[in-house]
Amino acid sequence: MIRKEIVAMLLAGGQGSRLGVLTQNIAKPAVLYGGKYRIIDFTLSNCINSGIDSVGILTQYQPLALNNHIGIGKPWDLDRMSGGVTILSPYMRTEKGEWYSGTADAVYQNIHYVDSLSAKYVIILSGDHIYKMDYSKMLDYHKKNNADATISVIEVPWEEASRYGIMSTQEDDRIFEFEEKPANPKSRLASMGIYIFTWDLLREYLILDHSQSSSHHDFGKNIIPAMLAHDRRLFAYKFDGYWRDVGTIDAYWSSNMNLTERVPDFNLFDPYWKIYTPNPVYPPHFIGDNGKVEKSIVAEGCMIYGTVRRSVIFPGVTINENTVIEDSIIMSEALIGSNVEIYNTIIGETSVIGNNVKCGVGEFAESTFNPKVYYTNTTVIGSNTVVPNNTVIGKNVVIDNYITPHDYETNNIPSGGYVMKGGGAE
Amino acid sequence: MKSTMGIILTGGKNNRLKELSLERSIAAVPIGGKYRIIDFTLSNMVNSGITNVGVLTQYNYRSLMDHLGSGKEWDLDRKTEGLFIFPPYLSEYGTGWYKGTADAMYNNITFLYRSDEEYVLIAQGYAIYNMDYTPMLERHINTNADITVACRNMDDLTCEDQKQLGMVQLDEDGRIIDFMEKPPNPKSSIGSLGIYIIKRDFLIELLEESAAKGLTEFVQDIIVRRTDTLKIYSYMFNGYWRPLSSIQLYYKTNMELLNPKVRQELLVGRNKIYTKVKDEPPAKYNAEANVHNSIVADGCIIEGTVENSILFRGVRVMKGAYIKDSLVMQGAVVGANSNLRYCILDKGVTISEGKALNGDSQWPLIVGKNVTV
Repeated sequence: MIRKEIVAMLLAGGQGSRLGVLTQNIAKPAVLYGGKYRIIDFTLSNCINSGIDSVGILTQYQPLALNNHIGIGKPWDLDRMSGGVTILSPYMRTEKGEWYSGTADAVYQNIHYVDSLSAKYVIILSGDHIYKMDYSKMLDYHKKNNADATISVIEVPWEEASRYGIMSTQEDDRIFEFEEKPANPKSRLASMGIYIFTWDLLREYLILDHSQSSSHHDFGKNIIPAMLAHDRRLFAYKFDGYWRDVGTIDAYWSSNMNLTERVPDFNLFDPYWKIYTPNPVYPPHFIGDNGKVEKSIVAEGCMIYGTVRRSVIFPGVTINENTVIEDSIIMSEALIGSNVEIYNTIIGETSVIGNNVKCGVGEFAESTFNPKVYYTNTTVIGSNTVVPNNTVIGKNVVIDNYITPHDYETNNIPSGGYVMKGGGAE
Repeated sequence: MKSTMGIILTGGKNNRLKELSLERSIAAVPIGGKYRIIDFTLSNMVNSGITNVGVLTQYNYRSLMDHLGSGKEWDLDRKTEGLFIFPPYLSEYGTGWYKGTADAMYNNITFLYRSDEEYVLIAQGYAIYNMDYTPMLERHINTNADITVACRNMDDLTCEDQKQLGMVQLDEDGRIIDFMEKPPNPKSSIGSLGIYIIKRDFLIELLEESAAKGLTEFVQDIIVRRTDTLKIYSYMFNGYWRPLSSIQLYYKTNMELLNPKVRQELLVGRNKIYTKVKDEPPAKYNAEANVHNSIVADGCIIEGTVENSILFRGVRVMKGAYIKDSLVMQGAVVGANSNLRYCILDKGVTISEGKALNGDSQWPLIVGKNVTV
């Protein structure tokens, strides 16, 4: 029988509702990032680069794009005889079927998957973050401490600490207290949502947790506090590299923009820690005679006849003559017409921007659609959407996925405005 | 084309591509920013529905084998059939060394016997073109030909280039009545693309007969000698086609890829060209980048000026560097304030700071693999 030392359980079922229309039809881990990748690629590449070759991916929300993306795991070298990548979606049982009601419940419902690989340790990951981390070093640390659980932590600024799960540790990094989103944080060591557990013990706690109907079935809220209450050996593993939750429009846009810096905080060019993703079949990109590209990243298959500054351009994008694109993210196969000006805008896959369109112009105004999600200068245009010729679009505008020219009431959408399928605000 | 198997001939020993083919067969020479020459013929076969492909290779095939691997990029890693690579081997019956194209196929006649497709499509690994072979097979069947040869009007090639090809004369039905391999004075501008369709059992018969007579070349010993006795028909192909038979043609062909029409037909259209995947990040342009009319592959970092050029994967162009009318292959580093004009830099070349290299549009300057200038 094949025995795996460590198995990864990758939680990829979250919607990421603060990304608005970007996650309307796909789960957050499947959102495009960095000119070529999807967010989950970073965690999956970390797994294979750390020598973990068994990864269970727990999906729930809108899994189609994610399932297509992952396939049998070939791009990450995770198409294996044993282990490899396994998509674990909620399923029916004889009595009844259940959705995953929390992070711990998702793993609980797949206890048999981990058991089948006879794993000694399990690492819990989420597919929501951009970072590079060698999990094998964290496992060494776990073993050295003879720990029951090891939680990866990062120092966050004091003023942000109340947004995270905060650890209080002894001098030897043993955790004696854990508080989920505390009003008055006692430390600034925030949980990154990355846990290594000794499987036999986690298994017991998952079964115990499942029997408690009052539980949220969440690692941070229930499992970790329960282990602390029983005086288990929990250790904090400090991480000090680049780690971003790109779960808001603001964070998503800034993190992408940072990649265009001369020396970005996250190095995609690291030959010793490659980020893998399926490679679509495109020729190299082409810059036309009057094309101009500055401080940007451009993927394969693009044809650029206009000007691009400080932007991230995904594969297969066409940008026509006399068009200027600045501070923007243009996703795969979008077509941008001629004489277009686009500033500070995210444009979804295969969308078409007509000629003479101006986008991201004017002054900021509060979103009349959903100010909790849309609160920056960035205008967001969904995927498979058409923006007709001559349309003028302000700042902080949101245009839904699958919008056709018939959905527009006017060709002037002021800052803070929106165009939604069906028309209504939330 | 499930009924057809493919054979790709990757050519004999030659140094027509100079330094570029010193360490690799012509089929494995990089082209167009991310491709190898063989990708075109191999992708054409796959796009035409051929799923059983043998690649016959002899000289410097290491880099070709490395490139093709298990064939998974062409979707040819199959349980049955798929991609087979046939370098020469020693046996009781021969030295193993292929003495010609017919001999190479004869040495691997087991491959022909074991396959069960009705037809064989034989093509060359030295040309780039995007072609659906299905209409050619239809014509082969409709004309009831013994052999069908893909041909093309070669008047967009120079006279010198035409002399490197097989030139044919046709009757009004398109039957080939005269076939001259590398003629000193071509009688027409119709040339062979080196693509043949023939029934598998008939090919086996012809190869066994030739071997018995000690004949070794498919073109000279089989086709040229039998234009009278066999029904050899042409299939006219009107698309873009370039044999990479000289450095001039290789350079010119790369430069032609900057033409949107050529790129559309060859690379962007419905039938895609597949190649080995490298997992490079998207290309990065820093603030000083100034790139015009150029093809840029993934993994490049550009801080200099690039005009009318092709940058292959992972090229670094430092500040103040000026690259014009040049091909820069994978992993090359072009140092600050250097100047390249009409150059071909092979893989891994380093151009030191401030160096200037000038070729000529007819004689581009070639810098060999991994050289530091």
